[in-house]
Amino acid sequence: MSASAAGPVARLGGFMAHLRRNGFAVGPGETEAALAFLAAGDPTDAVAARLGLKTMLTGDRGQWQRFDALFDAYWFGSGVRAARRAEAKGGAPEEARRPEIWSKALPAEDRAEAAQAAALADASAEEDARRAGTGRLVASRQQALARTDLRHLVSPEDVAAAERLAERLARVLRYRLSRRRLPARRGDAVDLRRTIRRNLGKGGEPAELLLKHRPERPVNLVLLLDVSGSMRLYSRYLISFARGLIGGWLRADAFVFHTRLIHISDVLRERDRLRAMDRLSLMVEGFGGGTAIAGALKAFNDRYARACLNARSIVILMSDGYDTDPPERLAGELARLKRRARRLVWLNPLLGWRGYAPVARAMAAAMPYIDCFAAAHSLESLAALEGELARL
Amino acid sequence: MKLDYKALQEDLRRTGYIADDGLSMALALAIGLQRPLLLEGEAGVGKTAVAKALAAALATRLIRLQCYEGLDANATLYEWNYQRQLLAIRAHEREQRPADEIERHIFSADYLLRRPLLEAISQPVSPVLLIDEIDRADEEFEAFLLEILSDFQVTIPELGTVAAQSIPYVVLTSNGTRELSDALRRRCLYSYLDFPDEAKELAILRARLPGIDQRLGEQIVRFVQLLRRQELEKKPGIAETLDWASALIGLDIRALDANAAALQASLICLLKTEADLKAVPPEVAARLVGKVA
Repeated sequence: MSASAAGPVARLGGFMAHLRRNGFAVGPGETEAALAFLAAGDPTDAVAARLGLKTMLTGDRGQWQRFDALFDAYWFGSGVRAARRAEAKGGAPEEARRPEIWSKALPAEDRAEAAQAAALADASAEEDARRAGTGRLVASRQQALARTDLRHLVSPEDVAAAERLAERLARVLRYRLSRRRLPARRGDAVDLRRTIRRNLGKGGEPAELLLKHRPERPVNLVLLLDVSGSMRLYSRYLISFARGLIGGWLRADAFVFHTRLIHISDVLRERDRLRAMDRLSLMVEGFGGGTAIAGALKAFNDRYARACLNARSIVILMSDGYDTDPPERLAGELARLKRRARRLVWLNPLLGWRGYAPVARAMAAAMPYIDCFAAAHSLESLAALEGELARL
Repeated sequence: MKLDYKALQEDLRRTGYIADDGLSMALALAIGLQRPLLLEGEAGVGKTAVAKALAAALATRLIRLQCYEGLDANATLYEWNYQRQLLAIRAHEREQRPADEIERHIFSADYLLRRPLLEAISQPVSPVLLIDEIDRADEEFEAFLLEILSDFQVTIPELGTVAAQSIPYVVLTSNGTRELSDALRRRCLYSYLDFPDEAKELAILRARLPGIDQRLGEQIVRFVQLLRRQELEKKPGIAETLDWASALIGLDIRALDANAAALQASLICLLKTEADLKAVPPEVAARLVGKVA
C-alpha cells in the first residue's frame, strides 16, 4: 500500500471520503479504528489490509460486494475517473446504483469508463432487467423509453384524496395479534414474574394477580404496482395511493413493474411530493411499456421475497392482468409468493368496468391464489376496500 | 493489537473448519478489537459452525442464544425460579422467620436462572457467545442487545449490577429475512459468507470425512456445485453436501454414475422441497452426473 507524499493519514481520510460518497456509513470512529488497525499490521501486506478494512468498514451484503472494486479504484487507481464522474453528477450513491440512467448521456468514447463505473456499482438494476427477460425480441415488450411525466394524469385533488384514503386503509390493516405476551390490565394469562414481585409485601401470597395479553403487532405490507402501458390511466393515482399506504407504515415495501421490477420504497418516503415524482420518473424509465407480470414476480421472489415477506405479510398487487408471459408461469410465481406471504390482494382497475369478467388468461390462472380480488378504478372503489381488507 | 489471522486460520483448520482469508481476518479482528462480528450469508454456508469452530480453536465454552420472534429481555438475561421461590416461601412460613430474611433468601443467586447473555458475561474465561439468526428477533430486541454488547453489564434489581468477568467473543448470524438496524451494523464487524468454491468445498469434505474416496469426493463436490447453478428454491448448503456424502458412503456407492436409481433416491439429502425435487428429475440428474464423472 502506498504511503504517498500526502501521508498515510490523509490518504486514509481520502479513502473514507471515497467510501462515504459511495453510500457507506463510515464516520470518524471508523477512521480511527482503521488507522489503529493499519498501524498495528504489516505495512507491506496489502491483502491483510484489504481484508481487515473490508471487515471493519462494510455493513451489509451490497457494500461487501462493492468494497473490493472501490478499494482498487482508490488505492490502485483503476476506474478512478469513472468514479469521479459519478460523483460530479451529484448524489453519488443513487447514481452509482443506477448507472444506466446517466450513462446514456455520456459521449460514446466514455462508454467504456461508464461500464467500469457500472461494475463498481451494485448491479441490481441490470440484474432485474436480466431476470425480467428484457432484451428478448418480442414486439410487445418494447420498452417505451420516453420518460412519461407522471404529473399530468389526474387532477391534484384526486391525488391528494387517494393518498388520504390510503392512509385510512393503512390504519385498518396495520395491526394483527402478536404471539408475544406483554403486561396488561385485562389479560388472559397470569404474569408470574410481576405477580410475585408485587405480592412480596404480602408474604408471597398471590393476593393480587397481574396479567399479560397478546398485543397487536404491525402487519408487513408489500405493494406491487403495474405501471405498464395498459395501466397508464391509473398509474398516477395508484402511486399516490401507494405513497399513502407506505407513508404511515412501520414495515412496508413498494415496487413498480412493467417489463422489470423496481424497488421504490425510499422514493415514496420522500417528503417532497414533486421531488419524489421526479425521482420516480427517472427510475421508472420505460414507464408505459409492455408488461411481464410473471417475470416481475419472479424477480421479486428471487431477490426480495426472503427479506420483505413473513407470515404476517399482506401483498397487494395492482394490475389489470394483461400479461405477455404465459399464464402457467404467472400461476407458478403466485404460488411461490403465497407460500411466503399471509394474504394476497389483487386490485384490478378493470373490475370496475361494467360487464368485465376476469377472462384474460393470466387473470384466470391467478384467481386460485388471490384472497381478495377487488376493483380499483376510482376513489370510491378504493374506499370500498376498507371493509374487505379489515376482514383479512 | 497483534493480528495473526494466518495462525487463527490454522487453528480453525485443526478443528475441522476451513475458513478463507476473509473470514479468518474477520475473526482475528473481532478477537483483537473485542467487537461483535456479524455474519451474513445463505442458509447452510456454515455461519453457525464458525462459532463452534472458534470456541474449539480457542478452547473455550460456546454459549448459544437462538433468536426467535417474540424473544425478550427476560428470556435472554435471567429469570427467577418462581416455582422454587413459592415453595421456599411456604416452607419458611412454618418456621416463623421474619419476612425480610425470607426475601433475602429467595432472591439470592440460588434461585436465579441464568439465561445465555448473563451466562456469557459471568464466565471467568472469555466464552464464544453465538447469537444465532438475529434477524428473527424483533427490532426492539436489537436495541436491547446493543446496550448489553456495549456495556457488558446487567442490572438485576434484587441483586445489584453484575459486571462482566470477561468480555465474550460475540458472533451474530443473520439469514437476511429482515433488514437489521444501522446501529447494530455499525457496532459490528461484518463478513459475508458465500457458498464455497470447488477447492474449498473439497477441502471441507476431506476435513469432515477423512476416509472418503478421492474420486468420489471430487465428483460429489462438482455435482453439488453444478446443482447450485440450477434454478432451485433452496440451494444445498455445505451441511447438505456432507450429509449426502455420508449417505453415499453408507449406501456403498463408489462412483456417482454407478447406480442411477440409488443416486436419485439419495438426492433427498440435497433437495429439501418438493418443487426442488421435481426440478431435478432423473434425466437432469443423469446429465449433471455426465458432466462430473
